[in-house]
Amino acid sequence: MDVDALYQEIILDHYRHPHHRGLREPFEAEVHHVNPTCGDEITLRVHLDGDGAQTTVADVSYVGEGCSISQASTSVMTDLVIGRSLTEALALGEEFLTLMQSRGQHSPDEDGLEDRLEDAVAFAGVARYPARVKCALLGWMAFKDALAQAAGTEGARAGGVGPSGVRVTAQVNGTAQEELS
Amino acid sequence: MSATGLDVEAVRKDFPALDRVVHGDRPLVYLDSAATSQKPRSVLDAMTDYYEHHNANVHRGVHVLAEEATAAYEGARDSVAGFIGAPSRREVVFTKNSTEAINLVANVLAWAEPRHRVGPGDEIVITEMEHHSNLVPWQLLAQRTGARLRWMGITDDGRLDLADLDRVITARTKVVSFVHVSNILGTLNPVQAVRERAHEVGALVILDASQSVPQLPVDVGALGVDAVAFTGHKMCGPTGIGVLWMREEVLSELPPFLGGGEMIESVSMDSATYADLPHRFEAGTPPIAEAVGLRAAVEYLSTLGMANVAAHEQAVTAYALELLSEVPTLRIIGPSQPVDRGGAVSFTVEGIHPHDVGQVLDSLGVAVRVGHHCARPVCQRFGVPATTRASFYLYSTTAEVDALVAGLHRVLGYFRR
Repeated sequence: MDVDALYQEIILDHYRHPHHRGLREPFEAEVHHVNPTCGDEITLRVHLDGDGAQTTVADVSYVGEGCSISQASTSVMTDLVIGRSLTEALALGEEFLTLMQSRGQHSPDEDGLEDRLEDAVAFAGVARYPARVKCALLGWMAFKDALAQAAGTEGARAGGVGPSGVRVTAQVNGTAQEELS
Repeated sequence: MSATGLDVEAVRKDFPALDRVVHGDRPLVYLDSAATSQKPRSVLDAMTDYYEHHNANVHRGVHVLAEEATAAYEGARDSVAGFIGAPSRREVVFTKNSTEAINLVANVLAWAEPRHRVGPGDEIVITEMEHHSNLVPWQLLAQRTGARLRWMGITDDGRLDLADLDRVITARTKVVSFVHVSNILGTLNPVQAVRERAHEVGALVILDASQSVPQLPVDVGALGVDAVAFTGHKMCGPTGIGVLWMREEVLSELPPFLGGGEMIESVSMDSATYADLPHRFEAGTPPIAEAVGLRAAVEYLSTLGMANVAAHEQAVTAYALELLSEVPTLRIIGPSQPVDRGGAVSFTVEGIHPHDVGQVLDSLGVAVRVGHHCARPVCQRFGVPATTRASFYLYSTTAEVDALVAGLHRVLGYFRR
């Protein structure tokens, strides 16, 4: 097995020097996601700006513990989605999900995918390792969840109610995680 | 022949899976036996022979095959009873695995006669180092009955904190269930101390022996506990079969767990009477071929001698602990000395997640387990999200430990730049 195909230098760079790491104010939603099989965790906040179709992702901040794949994937994601419109950010998430579910059959250079996903195409090799796909998706799933929460909060705020931040404990792969004591 | 009385090269020839090469040309270095052991040829042959020549349902029918299958299944019970020193075959219940064996007990205690019943105000005691299989069933029992779940802690060097013994086990304690050998820390727990305190307050004592029965000579009578749970697939046997041993005096007083065929004596439309021990606790068609395989596993281990198996594993584990302690920034989670411990060694490498450690090791053919090992509270106790675990068994060699350590240096080179 060529482990170098999995651990591309771009991935290792983001792992050693993650971008946009840390939790920042303001934010409209904060979510906590875990990968139940390995104990990876991420707490992620999103800050949205603007209304309706003009809504943009103003900031994504996070802290977490996890493997190089999950940490680097989240770092790459923040580079991609910060400053994008909500619609664009969600579409990128869908493209990344498709790439991860391709079992390595998807070539990164087709359909201009490399132009759109930028550093994230480095994760194409991960798709060949089913046990690691969940790692690569952890940050993206947390981001998607936070967007849904934040969009709901934005709507509520427009109506004059609702707190500025909601905290949600979510799940990955349908397995609920409870703190065991 | 090694100094331990076990010829490991001869043993390895009995295990076909150990001949595997992976990722092209890498010889398999299988260091994940605490998850499941590999199977010797004799176990595979016994199960094939059963299906090819004797397959039938048990305890039903009078034809030749039915009688052969019944004799094979019940013969397996005799072998297992002998292997663990059970005073009576009536005390040996076949289950699906250790988890089901523990769930059996945890369930029936909710509706047992008052002497054993767990109810509001009662306390259940476990330890912080339990596998989820000896934790979640007791959480469920506590939630369903209003009982309280308590636990004994772990010391910094991975031992059971016996300072908690008298504080946690009290007159309110109805059940004490704890692990014999930890699957994540490797710790061998002091059964006698815990059992004596538990019996002093009149509590039932249950031992999760999933890791100990495969590794050590275990005599249930000498242990003095009330029940022992273990599983076939970690002791050279097949998956799908486990064992609950329970003292007849207690088992005979407990109500049934699962209802169905096989566990009854007589049935009418509105009621049933139940079969004698141990069949009362074996509803439905049991794992017959698996019992045949487990018997072959028990015979295989007995031929080698469990004292030899234990000595070999101790020697390999001691060698591993010594070499691992020399790997830069590696921290062993659990007892670092080869005293009162089994063959599972968990560790972390600073700044490198276990998933990454395991992935690079796998690329070199070295199979280890990464994650929380179904013992997440232990990871929380030691402040780590997960660990890498190498676990050894009767076929493990010091050369395989060398391969592990060489792989770890490769890991360090990979991620430390």
